This record gives sequence, C-alpha cells and structure tokens, in this order.
Amino acid sequence: MTDKALTIRHVCKDRGKTRVLSDIDLTLAPGERVALLGHNGAGKSTLIKSILGLIPVESGTIRVGDAVPGSASARRDTAYLPEAVSFHPALTGREQLTLFARLSGERADVPALLDRVGLSDALDRRIGTYSKGMRQRLGLAQVLLGRPKVALLDEPTSGLDPISRQDLYAIIDELAGQGTAVLIASHALTEVEARTDRIAILRKGVKVADDTLANLSELAGLPIKLRVRASENADALAAELGGSRVNGASVELLCSPADKMEALRRIAAMGEAVADVEMAPPKLEDLYRHYAREALQ
Amino acid sequence: MTRFFAITRAEMLILRRNRWLLVATLIMVLFALALTFAGSAPTGTLGVDMLTVSVASMTTLSVYLAPLLALMISFDAIAGDVDRGSLALLLSYPAGRGEILLGKFTAHLAALAFAMTVGFGTAGAVAAWFGGAGPESLTALARLILTSILLGAVFLALGYLLSALARGATAAAGLSAGLWLVFVVLYDLGLLGAVVMDQSGTFTRSVFPWVMVANPADAFRLWNIAATEGVAMASGMTGAAQALPAWAAPASLLIWPVLGFVLARAAFRRVEP
Repeated sequence: MTDKALTIRHVCKDRGKTRVLSDIDLTLAPGERVALLGHNGAGKSTLIKSILGLIPVESGTIRVGDAVPGSASARRDTAYLPEAVSFHPALTGREQLTLFARLSGERADVPALLDRVGLSDALDRRIGTYSKGMRQRLGLAQVLLGRPKVALLDEPTSGLDPISRQDLYAIIDELAGQGTAVLIASHALTEVEARTDRIAILRKGVKVADDTLANLSELAGLPIKLRVRASENADALAAELGGSRVNGASVELLCSPADKMEALRRIAAMGEAVADVEMAPPKLEDLYRHYAREALQ
Repeated sequence: MTRFFAITRAEMLILRRNRWLLVATLIMVLFALALTFAGSAPTGTLGVDMLTVSVASMTTLSVYLAPLLALMISFDAIAGDVDRGSLALLLSYPAGRGEILLGKFTAHLAALAFAMTVGFGTAGAVAAWFGGAGPESLTALARLILTSILLGAVFLALGYLLSALARGATAAAGLSAGLWLVFVVLYDLGLLGAVVMDQSGTFTRSVFPWVMVANPADAFRLWNIAATEGVAMASGMTGAAQALPAWAAPASLLIWPVLGFVLARAAFRRVEP
C-alpha cells in the first residue's frame, strides 16, 4: 500500500534511438497540485500518456495508487484532459458527456457538470458549433466525472480566455480539495506560478527541478531586479548606484535577496534625485530559464 | 456490457445525426427501385416472376453498393478519432479496445442492415405487387438481404483494419477506395484475364472457382446465384456456381467478417494515440 496518489520511479522511454524520458522520478500526494513545465518536445505529453498506460515505457515503474497504468482500476482512478482535444462534431455536449459518464460507470448529473464549466447554454448544441474554448471546457467537464485519484491535464489553458482561466483554476482547486492529485503540464509559466503547490521542470526528457516555487528561487539564488527612475540626471544616478542605464531616465540594478534592504536604504538616502523605485523578484520564467540552462552545462 | 452499449448508442446517434443513415437508405431504395423497373422486361421470355428478375438485378447492385456504403462509415472509425485527439481520451476510460471496436461495429452493422432491408424490401414489395412473387422468389429476396448485410460486415471490418493502419482519416479514405476497387472490380478483371489466357485448362476448371469464391464479393454473388435456379438463369452465371460445393460461398462469406474483425482488432492494438 502507498499513501501516494501517483508514483513514478526511474521511468525511461525511447522513441527510435532518442531517449524521450530519462530516469524520471515524480510522486504526487493526494490533493497536491503539481505543475509540469517544459518546452514543446520536453516529454510532458509522453509522460502523461505513459501514466495513462497508453504507451509502454522501456524501464521503471508507474503506479496510480497501487494500480498498474492501463489496468481497469487505474483507468477508473485517472482523469485526463488531452491537449487541444476535439470531439465528434455531430454529438451535442450533453450526449458526449453522457457517453463518458456511461463509460466510467458513474451516475453523473450531466447538466450540472456542464453548468459547472459554464456550458449550460450550449448543452444541446452540436460540438461542431463550439469554439475552441468551449471544447476545452467540455473536456474539463469530463475530468470532473467521478472522484479520480489523479487528474492529468495537458496544456489545460490553451485556447481559454482570461476569465475561463480563472474558472479553470477554481476547478483545479476544487479537485485538489476533494483529494485528487492534479498534474498540470504547461508552458504558460506565469499562469501556474501562484496556483500550484510544487513545480517540476522537464528538459529534453530529464527532470531538472522538482520543488516548491520558494525553494526553487532560493536554490537558484536569482537576483532581485530594482529599477530606479531618476528625477533629473540618470547618468549621475547610475554612477552613484553602480547599476546600468536602461533608458533616458531609469537605472536598473541587480542584487541578491540578502542585499535587498541595503540597496533600498542607499536609494532612499539619495532623496530628491530618485523619482520612483520598482522592485521585481525573480519570476518563474527566470527560474525556468535558469534550470533549463543549468542542465545544459 | 454497459460500456459496449454506450459506444453503440453514441455511434448510432452520430450516423443518424450526420444523415448517413438517411442518405444510405435513400440510395438503396432508389437504386433498387430503378433496377426493378428497368429489369422487368425479360420476365416473359424467361418464364419467371418479376421479383426473381428484380432479385437478380439487385444482387449485381449490392456487390457494388454494400462494400461502398460499409467502407464509407468504417474508414473514419479509428483514424478519425486519432485525428481529433479524442482516441487517447476514449482509451483512458475503462472500456477496452475490443469493446470499443465491437461497439462501433454493432452500430454500423445495424445501420447497414436498416438501409439494406428498407431498400431491397421496398423494391421487392413493388416487384411482387406488379409482377407477382412465389415462395421461392421471396426466399431469394430474404437471402439477398441477409447476404448483403454479411457482405457489408466484411467491408466494415476491413475498413476498420485500414483505419487502424492508416496515418490519418484522409489516408484511410484513400486506402478504402483502393480496397473497394481491388475487391469489386480489379479482382474479377484479373480472373477473367487468367481464364482467357488459360483457354479452359486445369486452372479454369479446378483452381479458378476457388480463387473466385475466396473474394467475399464474388462469394456473395455465387451464393445468391447458386441457391436459386431462376436467379441463376436471369443473371446468366451458372458455370462457376456448379463447379463448387454448395458450402463454399456461404463459408467464405461467413469467415470473412470474423477474419476481418480479428485483423482489425490486432491492428487497433498497435495504434498509439
């Protein structure tokens, strides 16, 4: 028995002669939200399809709870949202979701589920008339069927407008709240930043990072960026602070988290010469670049 | 079992919604009626009732139409889902691949059976009304409908096979057209050529009938012709039918759907969504 919802150990997968997944380790606890980041072709979708048992792996083990991928109980316990999914255009949203409910063996309240994802108006319209975002929401509705142990979402935000992204993350939180482990594969970094408990970064089939955002920042030791706008003479300001001038009126300087307060005090001491200060802590994008590059060396 | 039915129900809904069922049934009715009226001329000379002649004409029609209608539905069955990206999702549910394929097959076969029964049934009723029918010609009509459904089943299964092997639905459509051409047209032309070259040698007398009956389309023709004297007379094809044991054509037509389905299932197993 394991208390983990998903366990991946030393998984390798080859496509022809290229190794697309190399010794991947990843575990998800029930209710945990983990972002799986990586470029296109980093192996995110391959990993997800391996977890679903759709493609075989060369070596290593994957367990959904205690079940082997592709087994009847593993299939019951996983929910999946494929990347840019489409459905048969001739069926209506209600019919498509009813099919999925019957396949999963759940007694589901189909109209309520479609209402939950904001499709109650399109219930009996053909999927052929849906927009890309609506199809994506229909895909999301089938993730909510039953109470899966693990939900695997492949690029769930693609094609969604900002408001439905908010809805998406509300739904992800709801899933996590009922104890489902959620794995979100994405390359939209800014979106997963605040919404996940942990971040794993894949680079060319290798896991290069797996930790909370705060820990990753600390480990990376990335500098904080301070942008100081001068009231009059930016050149003098740059000379005084030791930063670099970025445009006519502003100076940018980088400092480590430990030196941040010291730098701010120095800027404050310059009085009237400073018009404004902006402070930017390292973003996930910077972190991502850092870890992706580190693996390269 | 509920999963199998869920697939079948959804597929039936699709066939009804995209008008396939309506169009196929309409095609069958129109062609069968046209042939029945056009083919009613030789009734007097042959001394058989109008329904018998009608069945003979419709047998020829069905050789072309049943495979075509079957392939028109089945080519998209797997390749289409791969293209849409919905196959991976479907396979992540607890339904097995065999269950999915069998569910689709059941729905598609039911639709074909409906189109065949309505089409040939209407024409048969019209022929019986105007030109009379006997117990023998009614049996011939029933046999025509049943064997047409079997022939459709063969090409449904072969269509799934191509759909699993092809890269994408467009390629599957192309392969299906090729398959239809080979089985329905080219195969017979090739055999005809061989018979002409052979000039009534051993090939024509002992090998040719077996090669012929191995093709499900020809087995269909032979079964319908051999079984009814009147139909054989009306179609003018008795030679090949007499050279074979009576079980040969039915065996071929019954083995093919099973063989095709097993092959399609094996090919589907290897599809990576």
